[in-house]
Amino acid sequence: MLQIKNLYAGIEEKEILKGIDLEVNPGEVHAIMGPNGSGKSTLASVIAGKEEFEFLKGNIIFEGEDISELDPEERAHKGLFLSFQYPVEIPGVSVTNFIKTAINENRKAKGEKDMPAGEMLKKIKEKAELLEIDRKFLSRSLNEGFSGGEKKRNEIFQLAMLEPKLAILDETDSGLDIDALKVVANGVNKLKSKDNAVIVITHYQRLLDYIIPDFVHVLMDGKIVKSGTKELAKELEAKGYDWIKEELVK
Amino acid sequence: MSLKDKLVSSYIAFEDHLEDDSPIHDLRNDAIKVFEEQGFPSKKEEAWKYTSLNALLKHDYNIFPKNERTIELKEVRKYFLHDIDTYKLVFVDGVYNSFLSDTTHDSIDVCLLSSALNKAKYKAVIEAYFNKTAVKDSLTSLNTAFAKEGAYIHIPKHKEVEKPIEIINFSTGNEAAMLLQPRNLVVVGENAHVQIIERHQSLSKNQVLTNSVTEIFAEKRAYVDYYKIQNDARTASLIDSTYVSQEQESHCRVHTFSFGGKLVRNNLNFYQKGERCDSTLNGITIIEGKQHVDHNTLVHHIAPNCESHQDYKGIFADSSTGVFNGKVYVEKDAQKLDAFQQNNNILVDDKASINSKPQLEIFADDVRCSHGCTIGQLDEDAMFYLQSRGIGKKEARALLMYAFANNVLESVKIPELKARINKLIANKIGVSLGFEL
Ligand SMILES: Nc1ncnc2c1ncn2[C@@H]1O[C@H](COP(=O)(O)OP(=O)(O)OP(=O)(O)O)[C@@H](O)[C@H]1O
Ligand SMILES: [Mg+2]
Repeated sequence: MLQIKNLYAGIEEKEILKGIDLEVNPGEVHAIMGPNGSGKSTLASVIAGKEEFEFLKGNIIFEGEDISELDPEERAHKGLFLSFQYPVEIPGVSVTNFIKTAINENRKAKGEKDMPAGEMLKKIKEKAELLEIDRKFLSRSLNEGFSGGEKKRNEIFQLAMLEPKLAILDETDSGLDIDALKVVANGVNKLKSKDNAVIVITHYQRLLDYIIPDFVHVLMDGKIVKSGTKELAKELEAKGYDWIKEELVK
Repeated sequence: MSLKDKLVSSYIAFEDHLEDDSPIHDLRNDAIKVFEEQGFPSKKEEAWKYTSLNALLKHDYNIFPKNERTIELKEVRKYFLHDIDTYKLVFVDGVYNSFLSDTTHDSIDVCLLSSALNKAKYKAVIEAYFNKTAVKDSLTSLNTAFAKEGAYIHIPKHKEVEKPIEIINFSTGNEAAMLLQPRNLVVVGENAHVQIIERHQSLSKNQVLTNSVTEIFAEKRAYVDYYKIQNDARTASLIDSTYVSQEQESHCRVHTFSFGGKLVRNNLNFYQKGERCDSTLNGITIIEGKQHVDHNTLVHHIAPNCESHQDYKGIFADSSTGVFNGKVYVEKDAQKLDAFQQNNNILVDDKASINSKPQLEIFADDVRCSHGCTIGQLDEDAMFYLQSRGIGKKEARALLMYAFANNVLESVKIPELKARINKLIANKIGVSLGFEL
């Protein structure tokens, strides 16, 4: 589904990603962990097509096509979704209007007609229930004044509405209380199938108890320095990152 | 001959035609003297630093419309709020058009200034209000000198006018260049309510310059909602001077939607004379090409316990230019005041510019005044967020612009008007979204 080959990217002369290789197949869950500032969010943004970052070399192949030159919206139309570590506040646009616009823009790109209003309402209702989101919440301005946890829950609501092939969840667990974490993880699991895939970026084992990864990667200083199974995440939780650094030196 | 000379010399002939006993005879004579002395404002004046009339004044304007052109309703229907019932005062090339109008004398007066100036029964109102709040600057004086036609709206006390009143000034392009000087008088009695929509619309590509003056008097506890739709042809320019005089506990709101025209200058002046007045000045400006829109506002706080709210949003594309000059003047007795002023702007292109200047002059000590001004581009992170959800660049920009202007639209109380302005904004931004804000 996704192949990243020897990816280098940076910003204003500064190299942040320094040769990333990653392959994600349908049905898989990958976790990416790593210290602060190691480049996890940058990797997510570069995959999603943020122009601010300079694409230096390498390939990002999604569903057999190199997408590294595509606009963010074109990548979204192909089935890519990024749940933001810091969702942006957009005053004046309600959650409902935003998601309606997003869904219909995706349909338009595929040459389909707008989703009929009734169907839209039904879907919104169903997904809001799945994520235990109050209806009043949906008429509020997008992310404006949302608590940290509300923002994250709203990201996953959008994920549920858009049903992408590949979802990248950038620290979706941070800011969620324990109950909310269960709700959100349960939502993600319900959406999971053998045809789609998830990349979970997180600092904590806790989320991975609910969304169980097939692979765990450690990103340090712009490179994936170690990959393993879910056991690796437990080891990181217990021991931190120093031992990996030491291993690298050897 | 310069336009100024032409106006001054035409005045004599103009005044000759009028009846001598007109209650405003002396006012006119004084006014032309002021104009003669001061002439048109130039960029040397602080208040006109960023707006030049020079290019406009070069045209050879016809000052008096020669022949009346009739226009068909279907030609202009789209400029009215046709989905609801309204009173209408329609002027074509400065001349009242009875066919397109819908006036009334049924407990309220929605009629012509020309008849109010000439009929004895209006004399008391004219003497009490006409030119009483207008500042005697050169452009207002020029208008006063030639004041002859416009809207006369008088709402007696306790009367809530249910239908909005539309004032529309069409110009047909009969002349290569036309100068129009409508003059409106609005008197809203104690505890009376009224909603007014004003529009200037050129129907041709010929040059039009409108020097409009409106005086609004809100008596105790009166409610006035005034909407200005400025979406004119690119060969039409407007100088609008509006004066709002407020008595105790009155609420006046003026919304200005500036989307069109070549040059627009709004001089919007509020005078709070009684306690607990509430004034709102809201504006959305969306322009492009070489358009220029200048908002010059004044809120003069005279009495205590009052509020004023100013919220102006501007979106400037291409090499369009904007000016916001917002003055809040607080007299010594205007204690316990709450004055808020906000001017936010987005420059869509590098060549667009805005000059924003708040001016606070405060002589009272117990007041809350706040003002803020921002000038920026569309937020890149917000753009990426929207695009990453599959929303195209053009639509994402439109969405952010809508969102930016939205809160100003919230206070439009006529749903049909709000829908109309929504459409105008969508047209202006070049995208139609699947929803209205
Ligand atoms: N817009 C930017 N301008 C300059 N430097 C940036 C920018 N974005 C990221 N960086 C730098 O790139 C490096 C990687 O940042 P990134 O946000 O990808 O880290 P991260 O692994 O997601 O960290 P965290 O765990 O704290 O979220 C950091 O050193 C950061 O300062
Ligand atoms: Mg991060």
